[in-house]
Amino acid sequence: MAGPMKMRATWANGFTDVRVLMTHPMETGQRKDPDGNLVPMHFIQTITVQLNGKTVVDCEVSQGVSRNPVFSFRIKGGARGDKITVAWQDNKGESNSIDSAVA
Amino acid sequence: MIRFSKTVLILSGLALTAPASAQDAKKEIQRYRDMVAEGSPAELFEIEGEALWKKPQGPRSASFEKCDLGMGPGVVKGAYAHLPRYFADADRVMDLEARLMHCMMTLQGRTAKEATARVFGSADRPSEMESLSAYVASASRGLPMEPGMSHPKEQQAYELGRALYVHRAGPWDFACTSCHGEEGKRIRLQELPVLAKPEAARAVAASWPAYRVSTSQFITLQWRMNDCYRQMRMPEPGFASEATVALIHFITVNGRGVPYRGPGNKR
Amino acid sequence: MDRIRRALIGISAAAFLKPWEALAAWNKEAFGAKTAQDALRSIGVSGAAPTKEVLIEAPEIAENGAVVPIEITSNIPGTTSIAVIADKNPFPLVAQFRFHEGAVPFVKLNIKMGETSEVRAIAQAGGKSYVATKEIKVTIGGCGG
Repeated sequence: MAGPMKMRATWANGFTDVRVLMTHPMETGQRKDPDGNLVPMHFIQTITVQLNGKTVVDCEVSQGVSRNPVFSFRIKGGARGDKITVAWQDNKGESNSIDSAVA
Repeated sequence: MIRFSKTVLILSGLALTAPASAQDAKKEIQRYRDMVAEGSPAELFEIEGEALWKKPQGPRSASFEKCDLGMGPGVVKGAYAHLPRYFADADRVMDLEARLMHCMMTLQGRTAKEATARVFGSADRPSEMESLSAYVASASRGLPMEPGMSHPKEQQAYELGRALYVHRAGPWDFACTSCHGEEGKRIRLQELPVLAKPEAARAVAASWPAYRVSTSQFITLQWRMNDCYRQMRMPEPGFASEATVALIHFITVNGRGVPYRGPGNKR
Repeated sequence: MDRIRRALIGISAAAFLKPWEALAAWNKEAFGAKTAQDALRSIGVSGAAPTKEVLIEAPEIAENGAVVPIEITSNIPGTTSIAVIADKNPFPLVAQFRFHEGAVPFVKLNIKMGETSEVRAIAQAGGKSYVATKEIKVTIGGCGG
């Protein structure tokens, strides 16, 4: 089960700022566990940001992104009450998403 | 965590591209800290902590919702800003984690052994204590830190903390002051704060507990005391013991008045 | 070409599929490239022109390479994507962001850096590419605790 996500979408001066936190180990496959075994690669590969169901940003990311990633995006327009959805999928096919109303 | 193929920066005595001075380096490091703080995974631990606060556990199947952190049963907002403080029902000064342990035992019926079975977590697997600390601390965001200072036992705890801070012991004859005793000392590229002084103590009081990005761990002041003692090659202090609470009280009192910013993000 | 087609299908299907099913396309070749040049080639960039219109806001010194905060803004009109490359990382391409109608070409993210390196932000606009570069020094602070 994917860990919690948290998102804040705020409207100001004609722009909607979106800040999203994700729980994910973003393992590079180069790290060793306490027993000396390599921890396999496990990282988010794709992320989509949607405004009212329409994709505005789509992202391809890699294990070069920090663990427990935090991203900020900016959308032109939008209005208070609009729905922002951020969804991710990782290399194991696991996924998670979160909806938030623009404040 | 990725391995470093080289540790790179040597500050003094070399001509470098900007920054060329120790002052510039300090400014850039502060900029790093500010930018890291803006994107805080610590909030994820706050969410977990809130769920644990409400979850019935232990032989009595009770949540923490009647736990009195000093402002009345179940009152979380502002509680952290008034810790450590004296609690009459335990007749001792307690910090946040000592008080959480108290509630685990008195409200939930867990034994001391059960409550302390796993107090320090690991990368991305915080302990229950750490998640709860994140949640409770977050509810004091923006409030000035005002630990208890009026009760005689609070004053004694402060004095004990001050004495421990300078007390040299262990196989290396170390005290806190061995690292934290003088201005201008540094471990690798991190400046060591002199915690007996208000300015440095304020920065600590304002930003602990915190998420450490380099280890992906949520760390608390009890963890910090334990790890400092380990680094000094001292015997391991008991969790939430009189000694650790006294040191935490000493630092928090020295840093009193500062608005609480945390839970923070650290390197 | 195949990739672009897949990505377009993904975008148009977004309206019908759950969000996380919409885009499964991930450029394996680009993310597996071991040099910045190979990575750039794999994302269809050749000869990116240096520009001052793409801004990289980042500290010059990172206290720890596990988390290096980077904020990128492209002021080039019609920017459709921004790619982030850390030259000395084992796999230099860190991320690529595509901006559709409504999105501002702006992103803030935390990247991992193994050592001091140039970080590049490559913006694509109107069929051309532009690059801004910043060196970030990676250090270690603290007692290891």
